[in-house]
Amino acid sequence: MIPPAVDPKAFRQEKAWSYSAPFVECRFDPQGRFVFASAQDFTIQRWELSSGKQVALRGHESWVRAMGFDPGGEWFITGGYDGQLIWWPAQDPQPQPHRKFQAHDGWIRALAINPDGKLLATVGNDLVVKLWELATGKLLAELTGHESHIYNVAFHPGGQDLATCDLKGVIKHWSVPQQKLLRELKAQPLHKYDTTFRAHIGGARAMRFDPQGKFLACGGITEVSNAFAGVGKPAVVLLEWSSGKQHLVYKAQKRGVVWGLVFHPQQFWLAVSGGAGGWAFFFRGKQAAPFHTQKLPASARGLDLHPNQVQVAICDYARQMRIYTLAPKNSQT
Amino acid sequence: MKCRYACGSVEHVIGRRAFLGSLAGVTGLGTVGFFTQPAVAQAMKRQQKHLLVIYLAGGLSQLESWDPKPGTDTGGPFRAIKTSVPGVHICELLPYTAKQMHRMALVRSLNTRNVDHGMGRYQMTHGRNRGGLNVPHLGALTARLLHPKEHPLPGFIRVGERGNIKEAGYLGPEYASLGLPDGKLPPVAQRPKGLTVQDDLRRHDFLRRVNDHFLARRRTAETEAYTHSFEQALQLMEQQEAFRIEQEPQKLREQYGDHPFGRHCLLARRLIERGVTYVQVTHTNYDTHHENFNFHLEQLGEFDRTFATLLEDLASRGLLEHVLVVVMSEFGRTPRINERFGRDHWGKSWSIALAGCGIQHGAVIGKTNKNGTEVVEREVDHGHLFHTYLRALGIDSSGTVEVNGREMPIADPAREPIEELLA
Repeated sequence: MIPPAVDPKAFRQEKAWSYSAPFVECRFDPQGRFVFASAQDFTIQRWELSSGKQVALRGHESWVRAMGFDPGGEWFITGGYDGQLIWWPAQDPQPQPHRKFQAHDGWIRALAINPDGKLLATVGNDLVVKLWELATGKLLAELTGHESHIYNVAFHPGGQDLATCDLKGVIKHWSVPQQKLLRELKAQPLHKYDTTFRAHIGGARAMRFDPQGKFLACGGITEVSNAFAGVGKPAVVLLEWSSGKQHLVYKAQKRGVVWGLVFHPQQFWLAVSGGAGGWAFFFRGKQAAPFHTQKLPASARGLDLHPNQVQVAICDYARQMRIYTLAPKNSQT
Repeated sequence: MKCRYACGSVEHVIGRRAFLGSLAGVTGLGTVGFFTQPAVAQAMKRQQKHLLVIYLAGGLSQLESWDPKPGTDTGGPFRAIKTSVPGVHICELLPYTAKQMHRMALVRSLNTRNVDHGMGRYQMTHGRNRGGLNVPHLGALTARLLHPKEHPLPGFIRVGERGNIKEAGYLGPEYASLGLPDGKLPPVAQRPKGLTVQDDLRRHDFLRRVNDHFLARRRTAETEAYTHSFEQALQLMEQQEAFRIEQEPQKLREQYGDHPFGRHCLLARRLIERGVTYVQVTHTNYDTHHENFNFHLEQLGEFDRTFATLLEDLASRGLLEHVLVVVMSEFGRTPRINERFGRDHWGKSWSIALAGCGIQHGAVIGKTNKNGTEVVEREVDHGHLFHTYLRALGIDSSGTVEVNGREMPIADPAREPIEELLA
């Protein structure tokens, strides 16, 4: 397959759909037919990219930030701040909950599906990492050890390892086959205890491996000077997976929090931030500062890369589901 | 309004609390010339009542606590849960407190028309808007009206923050707060190592005689406050036991929580039990312009169990009949959720909680609209609350005090108690 032509500096909005509530998170389905976005009104909205046809998925009783698909794109799985997991038939004209149950005590903050689509991992405020059989929803394992709310989870592309990151930036590396903790890493720049406000701030708000599994990237906020006003910089901590050492901290000279992060196969990371307006940052190689920065119309809440590697979904606080393109200007997607 | 000394001069004096180390270099005024009205004096003779204020600094979100609006555009991600009072729901962040609701009451219709921290703090603890009269803090006022004169412990203690001598207002520094920022006695109130009790008392007796000799010729506000500071420090030295929460059973200490707020609430109960009239415990911080929901999870996670344990503990000891417990902030938080998942300052429609001392069990006063942006029933403000606190404590809130020949209403005359809140 010939990689598509992309130009980060040509990053621009292609289309947008309005909604009645601010968004929380978004994902493209693996076939690239739909974009799904959760909103502050507890619904998930689905748009067909080609037609713009919109349907609402109703089933959660709180906000949804955890979402993913089986590799074939048949099932859309969501985890809510209501602690519930829901399996939705992603391609149905009007998806209804197919399987729904209380999976965690308190918020589910993130979920991940392993590369072969057999396992689902979920994390949340009950400090438990749970492994489920994706096909049946059967609970396979509960992994404990985190001491603060678990903010994110990601499977290593090799499928045998799982990474989880908590509020304090503690990353735990779990063996999936052995269901045990192997080691602990630290995304230290993403955590601070604010002594003035007497509260912790931090955690990986976005977390992804690169496709080769060489790096684990954690996005959040760093250099916080006022936790309760959100005065800090959007940052991505890049950890070398084999050594566990901090490789680099990508940092932008703006205010806000990284809420979305994707790796583009053409060897750059795209992060979006919110909190003080919205920004898109493009990072590459060992350069800590972004090689391209672009102002977004509003604070970003979620981000995903389309399977065509050219389109980008960004949902935001201004109730807009926006589709961007990375295609060079004067080219066709 | 300043309080004059009998000599007729207005003096700036060194306050005893400043001397005790809770606040340095602050000036205040004496108290001679203060007389209560008969009704107030009568109130003082009744069985002593106490006020315990839990101050959630920064501005607790009413939507994440006492007045949840789940499923609305302002509701946020949390759900409402049932309480021990049928039909009354509060935010799911307060599961332990929900089980104590039969001992509590809620006011959900506060409109204080203010979004400034300093003004809000003043309103909620002074019962009026700032400006004009130098009215005393609720703690100073209740210490003056209810605290036995010869009691060895101060009448007004702040736990978790510094004292503030200015808050005594026209009552003078004698009624200012003793601040215990870390929940421990200041070093000046602890006898130096190597000094025996006998030697210390002899030393103090000598100081007292020298002071008496001086006061016989030159009695001033300064010297009086200075002398009083030494007396208070000496009394506190004999009251060390009151501050030793380690004497409490381990299980109870665990229930209160192994964190400053838990320890401070346990200390507050011990102080109230030993006769302190007004104790204010501060829990910080709720000023959540950014990530309101994460921070309320964090803060209320700490508050909830401790507060519920405190109510249970007070009730089981029979103290709740005589102790008014108030959970307050300087204001609430905006129904609108901002771009940082935060909520900003909001004084237009917010809530407080109360318990004990004759407050109606399970009462819910007032109502906001569907998404909490307006009060739609029984609007009240800080002035009404101030009257209500005083009435619950057995004080005629419509009474006056005489300060330098001027009759001073102890609460805002334009307001009155929330009668339906009082049993």
